[in-house]
Amino acid sequence: MLDSLAGLGRGGLAALASLGRAHLLLWGIIGGLPSMLLRPRLLIAQIYNLGVLSLLIIVVSGLFVGMVLGLQGHYVLSQFGAAESLGVMVAASLVRELGPVVSALLFAGRAGSALTAEIGLMKATEQLSGLEMMAVDPVKRVLTPRFFAGLLSMPLLAALFSAVGVIGGWFVGAGLLGVDDGAFWGQMQSKIDFHEDVLNGVIKSLIFGLVVTWIALFEGYDTSPTSTGVSRATTRTVVHAALAVLGLDFILTALMFGG
Amino acid sequence: MARIRLTEILVGAFMVLGFVALFFLAMRVSNLSLASAENGYSLSARFDNIGSLRVRAPVSMAGVRIGRVTQIGFDQETYQAVVTMHIDAQYDQIPSDTFANIFTAGLLGEQYIGLDPGGSPDMLSAGDRIEFTQSALVLEQMIGQFLLSKAEEGGE
Repeated sequence: MLDSLAGLGRGGLAALASLGRAHLLLWGIIGGLPSMLLRPRLLIAQIYNLGVLSLLIIVVSGLFVGMVLGLQGHYVLSQFGAAESLGVMVAASLVRELGPVVSALLFAGRAGSALTAEIGLMKATEQLSGLEMMAVDPVKRVLTPRFFAGLLSMPLLAALFSAVGVIGGWFVGAGLLGVDDGAFWGQMQSKIDFHEDVLNGVIKSLIFGLVVTWIALFEGYDTSPTSTGVSRATTRTVVHAALAVLGLDFILTALMFGG
Repeated sequence: MARIRLTEILVGAFMVLGFVALFFLAMRVSNLSLASAENGYSLSARFDNIGSLRVRAPVSMAGVRIGRVTQIGFDQETYQAVVTMHIDAQYDQIPSDTFANIFTAGLLGEQYIGLDPGGSPDMLSAGDRIEFTQSALVLEQMIGQFLLSKAEEGGE
């Protein structure tokens, strides 16, 4: 009885301690911003790793999500004789929700796990301690460029996802199912607001980018330096990032569009 | 060196692609128009009942959208709704005896303000009030009136 109580307490304290370490790490990462700006090449290399290499999965998934939205939306809307509103439905759901959320989930799976594995392996093979021996701060040198690369890439990837998705929905709706082309774009343009919908989507994806990259870097940096530890950390990154994105999305949606 | 250069080119292309996507979302999907955001002028009108008119509802003349509703208030003295609307700058020839109606797009669609031009030589300018207004048609009131007139017919 007392043992289980003690176990609960130990678990809670450990969770709090890792939360504290995560915030200290974030603080250290942001503190590395000035020295990173002096070496933009590090940032560019990481944008390549995180952004450019994620392009394929983002664009292909965006296209198919948009096409499925087009099919499914047409099925429901045509029952009410409102198939012309298909453009509004596809664009609103992509720009507000699916674009930021699905691309953040894909980003966590594609780039977040790779980040954790890379940092975790650097720690396990003592490359990070090696940097420290040479009086190079590993947080500033290794983690800061990766963090800002994730922060910058995520909104761009989400915008691409939404844009490709709208085109996919247009292809299915106007191309295959015979929705009027002018009504598709016209209704979309009159109902979707730039500030209300598009900018809020961008803000969402920025927050998701921060959270996913932060979790990935922290799990990698905080891993126990063994092969099991790295594999556990990679799994935790994907699970925690996905949960955080979905939970945060609810809160952000309630704050932005709930009124 | 060549590989670093390739990376830089690809990153540049990625950034361009991302911003093109954002631009596409802004211009093609949400129809952000830079010109009409700032220019234009405000008019106000008082209605006895605005039905379910909302902020950002269109203001149209002869079916063409010439502005948007920007604010809806309530005057406690006259118990009327005060609707402020923003008219695009190029439509500055609206006569001062223009009639403002609240119409419904379609049977159950959203409500909008329709302006019927009058014949006065004076034009409305920024901050003016449209004097002649007609309230929104509320479906329940219409049905009530219809039933009442039917009942009167039946009684005779």
